[in-house]
This record gives sequence, C-alpha cells and structure tokens, in this order.
Amino acid sequence: MTDTVQLEQTILAEIAGASDDTALEGVRVAALGKNGSITALLKTLGTLPPDERKTQGPLINGLKDRVNAALVARRDAFKNAALEARLNTESVDVTLPVREAPAEIGRLHPITQVVDELTAIFADMGFAVAEGPDIETDDYNFTKLNFPENHPAREMHDTFFFNPKPDGSRLLLRTHTSPVQVRTMLSRKPPIRVIIPGRTYRSDSDQTHTPMFHQVEGLVVDKGSHLGHLKWILEEFCKAFFEVDRVKMRFRPSFFPFTEPSLEVDIQCRRDKGEIRFGDGDDWLEILGCGMVHPNVLRNCGLDPDEYQGFAWGMGIDRIAMLKYGMPDLRAFFDADVRWLSHYGFRPLDFPTLAGGLSP
Amino acid sequence: MMKFTLAWLKEHLDTDRALGEITDKLTMIGLEVERVEDRGAALKPFVIARVVEARQHPNADRLRVCMVDTGTGEPIQVVCGAPNARAGMKGVFVPPGAYIPGKDMTLQVGTIRGVESRGMLVSEFELKISDDHDGIVELPDDAPVGESFAKYAGLDDPVIEINLTPNRPDCTGVHGIARDLGAADIGKFKDAAIKPLKGAFPCPVAVTIETPELCPAFALRLMRGVKNGPSPAWLQQRLTAIGLRPINALVDITNFITYDRGRPLHVFDAKKVRGGLTVRRAKKDGETLLALDGKTYTLDDSVCVIADGDGVESLSGIMGGEKTGCDESTTDVLIESALWNPVNIAQSGRKLGINSDARYRFERGVDPAFMLPGLELATHMVTDLCGGTPSEVTVAGSAEPPERVIDFPLSEVNRLAGLAVQLPEMRRVLERLGFFVAGQGEKVKIAVPSWRPDVEGKADIVEEVVRIFGVDRVPSTPFDRGAAPRKPVLTPIQTRVRKAKRALATRNLIEAVTWSFIAKPQAELFGGGQPELALANPIASDLSDMRPSLIPGLVGAAQRNADRGFADAGLFEVGQVFRGDRPADQLTAATGVRRALAKPSGIGRHWSKRDGEVDAFDAKADALAVLVAAGAPEQALQIVPGGPPWFHPGRSGTIQIGPKNILGHFGELHPRALEALDAEGPLVAFEVILERIPEPKAKATRAKPVLELAPLQPVERDFAFVVERSVKAADIVRAAQAVDRKLITGITVFDVYEGKGIEPGKKSIAIAVTLQPRDKTMTDAEIEALAAKIVAEVAKRTGGVLRG
Repeated sequence: MTDTVQLEQTILAEIAGASDDTALEGVRVAALGKNGSITALLKTLGTLPPDERKTQGPLINGLKDRVNAALVARRDAFKNAALEARLNTESVDVTLPVREAPAEIGRLHPITQVVDELTAIFADMGFAVAEGPDIETDDYNFTKLNFPENHPAREMHDTFFFNPKPDGSRLLLRTHTSPVQVRTMLSRKPPIRVIIPGRTYRSDSDQTHTPMFHQVEGLVVDKGSHLGHLKWILEEFCKAFFEVDRVKMRFRPSFFPFTEPSLEVDIQCRRDKGEIRFGDGDDWLEILGCGMVHPNVLRNCGLDPDEYQGFAWGMGIDRIAMLKYGMPDLRAFFDADVRWLSHYGFRPLDFPTLAGGLSP
Repeated sequence: MMKFTLAWLKEHLDTDRALGEITDKLTMIGLEVERVEDRGAALKPFVIARVVEARQHPNADRLRVCMVDTGTGEPIQVVCGAPNARAGMKGVFVPPGAYIPGKDMTLQVGTIRGVESRGMLVSEFELKISDDHDGIVELPDDAPVGESFAKYAGLDDPVIEINLTPNRPDCTGVHGIARDLGAADIGKFKDAAIKPLKGAFPCPVAVTIETPELCPAFALRLMRGVKNGPSPAWLQQRLTAIGLRPINALVDITNFITYDRGRPLHVFDAKKVRGGLTVRRAKKDGETLLALDGKTYTLDDSVCVIADGDGVESLSGIMGGEKTGCDESTTDVLIESALWNPVNIAQSGRKLGINSDARYRFERGVDPAFMLPGLELATHMVTDLCGGTPSEVTVAGSAEPPERVIDFPLSEVNRLAGLAVQLPEMRRVLERLGFFVAGQGEKVKIAVPSWRPDVEGKADIVEEVVRIFGVDRVPSTPFDRGAAPRKPVLTPIQTRVRKAKRALATRNLIEAVTWSFIAKPQAELFGGGQPELALANPIASDLSDMRPSLIPGLVGAAQRNADRGFADAGLFEVGQVFRGDRPADQLTAATGVRRALAKPSGIGRHWSKRDGEVDAFDAKADALAVLVAAGAPEQALQIVPGGPPWFHPGRSGTIQIGPKNILGHFGELHPRALEALDAEGPLVAFEVILERIPEPKAKATRAKPVLELAPLQPVERDFAFVVERSVKAADIVRAAQAVDRKLITGITVFDVYEGKGIEPGKKSIAIAVTLQPRDKTMTDAEIEALAAKIVAEVAKRTGGVLRG
C-alpha cells in the first residue's frame, strides 16, 4: 500500500521535473510503457486473490489515471509555453498605414453627380433622358427655335462656328441643349416628357463664363399641359434637388424666342457668409428660364399648336451644382485640379437615389 | 438698359404708390428692375448753408475759418481750404458723423492747425455728383438755407434701372412703362394727345429716299430763329440722373424724347447742311464720317446713311455727324424723325461697334405711328425752350403701320396658362395696354397696337393677360405622370456611361471634365484635325479643334497637377470625341491616364513595396474593368499587341472582338506623343469607345442561368514552358485550352521568367490548369494523358518545351 503511494509521489515528481517533451516521454515510458512501473503493477493484479484484487484494482487504476492526467497537463503546459515563445517573436507594427481603399480615393465630377440627381428626380415624374450631338445645324440650333434671322446669338462673337461648306451652310457648336427639343419632337409623337442634359458652348470667357458649360432642359408636349403644371414640376424639382421641405419661388414674365409666354424663375434664399440657404430669407436668386413652347417652334417641328401644347425649361447644371454644393468658381470645374476634384467630387458608391437620398 | 426716375415716371402715371410697390410690380409684369438708386437717402445730411463770415486761419495761409449759418440760428465754425470760400456765399454743409460719398469716409469733428472745425463745406466731388473738386459748391442767392440740398437740386429723385427684354421696344420710353403700370393698376396712365403745330412756311430741304427697304419713312421740319444754349435745370437734372451729359437745349430735347417716348430724333444745324437730304447706302469704296462721338467711321454699302451735297452727314438711326451737329451758334435747326429697318440698324451698329441710345431703340423697332407725333413733341419743346418758327413737315415714304388683328378664343388663356379669366377682366387688361377687343362671344377679335411689334398670335395675347393679371395667380397644378409603366428611362449608352464612370472611380481614378476642343497639333497627333472639325472662330488657339481623343486633355491635366506638386495623378473622363461633323461621328469615349506612381493598387510610395511606377498592365486592367462594367462580354474580348501611333509600339495593346470591332487601346504613351503634349512620363493611358460594345440579346426574363455545381473536386496541374521570347502568353493559354474545352475550366499564368537557367532569347511561362471532372473522379493515368496532350499542343502551336 505504501508502495503505490510512494510510487505515485515519485512519478508525479518526475513529471513535474521533466524539462521538455522528450524527458516527459521518458517518464511516461518508465511508468506506463511496456515495462513501466505502473504497467508492472497492473500485471500483478491478475495474480492476486479476488478480495485483494478488489482493493488493489482501484488503487492501481487510480494511480494510472492520475499519472496520465499529470502527463497531459504537463504536455499542454509545454505546448502553451512553446506557442507563447513563438508568438513573442511574431509581432508586427500595426501602426504602419495600410493603403486607402481605391473607392475612397476615386471621385466623380460634381457635374456627373448632379446629372444623376436630376435623372433620379425626373425619372420619378415619368421623364426620359434625351441627348443630341454637340455639333449642330443652324436650323436646329436657331431657326426651328424661332430665333429671328438677325438675332445677335447668331453672330460670330457669341457662337462657335465651323467653316462654311461648299453650299454656304455652316455647322456650329450648340449654344444650348434646345436643339435636342427639336430632334425629340421631330423623331417621335407626343406625349413627350424628357430632360436633356448636355454640354453647350458659347464664345465667352471671364470670371463667371466658360466657353463650354452644361445645361439641362426639360420638355413636355401633349394635349393639356399648361403653366400651372410647369410651376408644380419646378417647385417639386427645387424641393427635391435642394433637399428642403419648402421653397418659395417667383415666376417673372420674361422673353425667350422659343417660348411664349416666357418666364424667369427666382428662388427665395438667404445669403449667409458666402453660403446660400434656400427655403427662407429675403433675397431672390434667378435659377432658370421657362415657358410654354412657342407655337412657331411646335409648327416648325411638325406639330399643330392648336392641337398640341407644352412647356420647356432650362438651367445651368454647373450653376445649380455651385448653388447646392457651394463651389465658388465655375472655371475650376474644367481645370481638373485633383485637390478641387477630391474636395468637391463624390465617392463612386454615393449613388443618388430618391430612396436613399440624393446627396451623401 | 432703360433708366428713368420716379418723378419722370409720374409725369406719365398718376400714382401715389410707394417706390417699392412700383418696382416690385415692374418686375412682376416682366420689366425686371435691375437696380434702384436712391441718391436722396445718401445725401440726406447735406443741407444748404450760408457763409456768414470767412476769416484767415491764424496758422495757415491757404485755410479760412468760416462761420456757417445752417438754418439752426447758431453759426457753426468750419475750417475750409477751398479757394472760393468767402463771406456771403451759399454752399452745401454737412455736419460731423455724416458719410461723405465722394471720399468714402465718415466726417469727424476735427482740429485743423489748432482751430476746431465742426463740419464741412463740400464740393461736387465730395457729394459724388461730378468729378469737380476745384472748389466748394456755390448755390444761387435764393437757395433756402437749412433745406435739404438733394431736394433743392432734384437729386432726391430715385433712379430706376430696368433690364429690358428685347421684345419690348415700347418700354424703351418712360411713357410705355407707365402704360404697363397703368394696366397693372398701379396708377392712371396719362396719355394726352400731342397737338400738331402748324408750319409757317414749307420745309425748304428736300428729302429723297433711295433705299425704301432700309427707310420706310422720313419726316423733316425746319425751325428758324432758334436760340440754342444750356437747357433748363429740370431737363438737365433728368438727363444727369440717368447718366446722360447735358449738351445744349436742342440736343438735350432729342435725348429727352428718346427716353421719354422711346422715339429717337436727330437735329441738324440747317446752315451746315448743303442742299437736300438723301437716304441711301454708303458707297462701296469706303466713305467716312466723323460722328458725334468724335470717332471717324469707314462705311460700306451695307450701312444706311443720310447724305447732303457734301456727302455723308449722319449714320441713319445710329449716330449723327459732327459737321452738321448743333451747337450754341445754331439758329436754324432741321429736326428728323424717321423709321429705319431694325435688322439693318442692328447689323450696322454691330459692324461699326456703336452702342447708341438710338440704335438700342431702332433695332428693337420703334412705333411707326409715333413718327409724326414725336416730331411734333420735339417742335413743342424747341418752341418752348429755344423759340423759333417751325416749317411745315416734309414726309418721304409712308409710316402707316400694318393692321394686325388676332382671332382669339377666350379659352386659350386657360388652355395654355391654366388660369381662368373672364372676358371683362381680360378686356380691361388688354384695352389698358392699348389693344382693341371686339366681340362678346367665345371668340373675340383683338387689334394689336402699333407699338407692340412683338405680339403676333394667340400665345402672345395669353402672355399679355397672364403677365398683367399676375403669374403668381396661376395655380400650381400637380402633374400626372400618367399610366405609363415604371420602366427604366435611360438608353443603353446612357447606362453604359453611368456604369463606366462609377467603375473607374472605384479604381481610384478621379473624374475630370476637360474642354471638347483642343489645339490643332494635338488633334492631328491623335488622329483628328480634319478641316470640318476646326472652329472658324476659336476663343483661343489652343482650343481650336474638336477633340478626336480624350487623352490630350487628360495628359495636359495630369501634367498641370504634376506642375502643382501632385505628380501621381490618376484621372479619367467619359465624354464625347469627334470623328467627323455628322451626329453619327460623335462617339462616347471612356478614357483614363495614370501618371508616375498612381497605381490601381495604391497611389504614391508605400512601405509595403507593393508600389512602383505605372505600367501598361495598369492601363489594361482599367480598360478591361470599364468595358466589363459597361456590359462588354468578357470572354469575347481579344487582346492584340500594339495600338495607334500615340502609344508605345512595344508596350501597348488593342482590345477587340474580332478584327472589325475595335473597342479600345491601352498602354504606355509614346515618348514622342508625350513630348508633343509637353508632358513628362511615366504615363499610361487607355481609351475605349462605349458605342462599340455589342448590345446584349434581349432576355424574356430576368432569371439567371441555372447554376451547376460540380460534386467532384477540381484538379490543378502546373506546367512551365520554355518558349521564344516573342511567343505570347495568350497563345500558350489558348493552345492548352484547346485540348479539352469542357474539362479545362481555368488557366492562369502564374510565372514569367527570363534569366539564369533559361537560354538567352527565350523565356519560361508557367501556367496552372484547372480540370473539373464532371461524372467521376479522374484516375492518375487519365490526368497524365491529358497533361501529355497539353504539352504536345503547346509545343505544336508555340514551339514551347516543358521546362526541365
């Protein structure tokens, strides 16, 4: 009896004293191997008389289990120590910077973003997007739009022209997106509901004008749309675009060759330290021109003005972008300065939707 | 710009409405008020004062110490340096604390050389009413001491400036503006008839019109025995207030009527005119005229002139000549009131570069019916201000205005404007504007007044009614989007543009918008520069030709950024390029450039070593990404070495679907192209044409094809082939793929090696081939057999041998 106690103490001491896995394995073999001390004891069990076996059996088996447990514990300790030692050699400097995500660096130009915003708003009202060529005929850019023959816009100092063709006609760079109205009316039957964004050109360059700029127009032609609808659409547009709950607008009679009646539209605003806020204030800011499509324009596009009617409006995309997002200078739009584009541009995943919001 | 004062307006409109109410109404009826200048408010502290005493300043030779009576009873001490300051004179005094407009400063109590000064006697310059600062203002003896100077001098009359639209010639005169305000219920329009004056003798100067197409009518009257000199104060004040310089009574009268009635007139000194007057075209060979602005103009036969026996004396409807102008010595005056062709006036004015008040009105179209009343009005004023005896009026041509009557259904206002207006209201508005409305039924006849050439049809009548009635009374009406199904509204190309832009921006590229026109040499270098794409009137020589490619603009932009210290720019643009001048020649390019260290994996240097200079593969990756995002079939895209001449011949590629459909190019830019663009590399670029992407076949449903997941594990085998350096990796891949198109589901190139261990002139290309068994696992023997076939096929097609 004292033998097993003695033996257990000896073996457990040897386990505790083992310095590594190899030494531990030696202890295990010495105790539990084929010729091990505990194995030898177990072998004696069969030779013992039954009643003695009853008492010795649990003693010896208990000894075996405890030694086994000690061996496992000791082995785990070695494993953990080894892992600790390895981990201690494996540190990295996590303060080193990682690369910025490409989608965080890339930008969309404000014009792209604003066109996508306009598209979202007007698509919801049932408008398609129409486009046309930048190089236009005098007929589509002026004549069909009811510009008189001597209109100053037809002069070289306002409009970019190409050299005359052998037949005397000369093409030009469209001065507004309105020729696309003509193309739309000539190519399909009403009802027509389109917006027309695009590049436009005028021979003008100073603080607030660039020879190339962007316009968006809207055109509705059917058998019943009138000024009241136009007012409603523009009010809805301004609220949606400028993301305000209410907006006060002022429609002033004006003059354009291609509309009759013609109106200019001001929006009420407050100027606050260079920022413009819409929805309140004492100032009026002109943002667009509009009107009922001139009967001559309808006629020129093959539509009977007594049967069909409609309205059109137009505004500067660059200008409304500046008003909404606060860029101070139009010329910077076309300078491709990466500092400006990074600051005023938009991230590619900030896609404007009516559901999720137009601006990020 | 049309300018007038409030008092002037009230000569034509009986109203007691406040200034603000009047200007608001003007804007809301389409006469947009640009500016209101209320000089009375600025000059309020300035009062009339009398210098009671002026002593020599004890410490300064040039200064005087004045005691000034400002009407308060207590004389005020003022130190004054003006040479004309003297006892007994009347001038303009301003107390301390007041703002001096001419000096842009606020006056303080001061001590000048030891003597206190409690105010200031001011010059016209300090009042900012003229440039005269030679001395202080001297007023007549009867000027009332203590009264507001602005009021006394007529400077308290607010000046209103209207941004007039080109369709309203009638509102180039105060009279017409008053008529509009009268119709809008702002007051009662005063429209007294002008009584013709009987001529005492026949007009001795004959008038001949040689060009009736340029001058439908011409009226002339001689006045003998006039006395010309400065015009009266009220007239001078009117003109000064709107920025005109008073000259002499005869000239001032014509300027006044120009603004008062929108009717330009001209006066000739009759004694300087030789013989009759002839209206004709200037001669082809360059006749000249010294005009009233002191400049000499060289004319051609597009310009209409008035000539006498000595030659050209006046530019018809634009500006008179110096030689026959009226001055203080004029005793006999010829007054001209004529009609001119608006188009010709506009063209001549532009050609000669003259912006005169006469041209402004004639090119818009003056009222033909007012030609003679205008002349009579002038005769009245000359008689009143200068005396003299009028001749009879000579009229050449006819000023009879054409009659215009519009059939107008009353429903038209509601149809176009959504505004319900009854006939009595409509009639009231129109008749006050000078229209005549005949009839009572659903359809009326409306006669248009002679001064409204802009009103041609029904829509114009609607505008008149809505404008005066008030656009704010048109109810905002919800717009029904209709029963059309909610379908996508964008066209395929519009969708491609959207996707292309956002795809490129997710690859760390920044979108630029560059000019559609570039310098001709650049256009030529990039395959453009055709004569039909060159602007006839470019705004600058480097913006002269429509761009054939977006690369020059983007390279220029990248270089500008580099010059500012941002060397590693990655920019893109999706926009129009021009192959010709027809609409179909305008294509949409998606183009990008990367400069220096602007890699897709990151921009600039980085400790990770995953950085470096941009190369052709960065551009290739961008090009493929944008094509696939825009809907190109990835599997069908072929890469062929080489590209257009602006790319490096050995480091560029072409993306195509068969030799006939070239979608784009990528690569390093050619060193010569960079030199021509004045840019420094390394610079890589890609350009793809979005229209070239084939349209996908329309599908009946949106369901995706059934996904087949193989139950068996794929097997991967690696091969390294040694081939000639010129052999393309794609050929090896294609050869391997050809062995079994079903079983081989993927091939990647994972190593390319040249150098030690490989014969010079050759290279090793290693590929990993993925085999996907379908029905049963492959045995080793089957795999070996397939591998052998791959080796044989690559050897056959490329000469490659398995690397030992």
